[in-house]
Amino acid sequence: MSAFISGVPTESYTPPGPGEFDLPGIGSGGKTFDFLGEHMAVGVTKPMIDIVLVAIVVFILFAAASRKREIVPGRLQFAGESIYGFVRNSLSRDIIGSHDAARFTPYLFALFAFILLNNFLGSIPFFEFPTFSRAGMVYPLALMSWCIYNYAGIKKHGFGGYLKLMTVPGGMKGPILLLLIPLEALSNFLVRPVTLALRLFCNMFAGHLLLILFATGGLYLVEKSMAYAPVGILAWVLFIAVAILEVLIQFLQAYVFVLLNAMYISGAVADEH
Amino acid sequence: MDGNLNMIGYGLAAVGPGIGIGLIFAAYISGVARQPEAQARLQSIAILGFALAEALAIIGIALAFVL
Repeated sequence: MSAFISGVPTESYTPPGPGEFDLPGIGSGGKTFDFLGEHMAVGVTKPMIDIVLVAIVVFILFAAASRKREIVPGRLQFAGESIYGFVRNSLSRDIIGSHDAARFTPYLFALFAFILLNNFLGSIPFFEFPTFSRAGMVYPLALMSWCIYNYAGIKKHGFGGYLKLMTVPGGMKGPILLLLIPLEALSNFLVRPVTLALRLFCNMFAGHLLLILFATGGLYLVEKSMAYAPVGILAWVLFIAVAILEVLIQFLQAYVFVLLNAMYISGAVADEH
Repeated sequence: MDGNLNMIGYGLAAVGPGIGIGLIFAAYISGVARQPEAQARLQSIAILGFALAEALAIIGIALAFVL
């Protein structure tokens, strides 16, 4: 079996890499410029259009769902209410606590709907490119949530009180604090937004890369010869399985992003112990 | 045969988070089996733990491409 597979010459098949995600600009005319030593292209790319489109679609969808509010909800109103109820009950109220939840629920809900639809673009035909597989699309989201939980904490405890809450673990005294304070500060102010952004970006990136690998690799094997064709078809079957797993991951990552946001907010507005 | 040694390194690095995620969900399942009514509460904790353990694997794949 191993001889069977290693007989494929690797030269003619180039496995997909990060370059697959560098889409050509639309209407750029191929203009480029150098910025901070990087070679940049001018133009609007597909994820840029997608992200604006998603924002508009999310707005219109939920504006339409909440326009005619009835006691017995229609289909659209029911769908909108289910998503809203899911975010409010299982994320906002459970984690932040009912006292502060009402203030942050709109933000968490909008974030969830926006990320979920952006992620699903990776599986919707004709789009088939998850917006957040470009790192630059995710950093603003992480920056925004960083600003919001820090602002909420500073507003509640004051600047000094908030710093103390974030950097001094409860019940710790003595020289161990010399070690703990820098660690906690690093983890709460630097590592949090970076992992928040990287988690969403890399999940979308890796999942889409896997799909490209199965699709193009399967095609290569099928075209290669009749002997390799069954392996190629197996790769395509796996492609379908991975595509279904991707939908689960897309939902889970939107959920996790909002869950972590809610946890950071609840940590920032928590009462001191 | 050519290829990138980083990918083997990443494969090895993914073993750790794999074991970690397995342990987290094993604990979640046995927790729910012992006390089914705690499921809603355990679920968000389990998914949080999953996200934190998975972050290691995810950082690994980013570094495998970058380095």
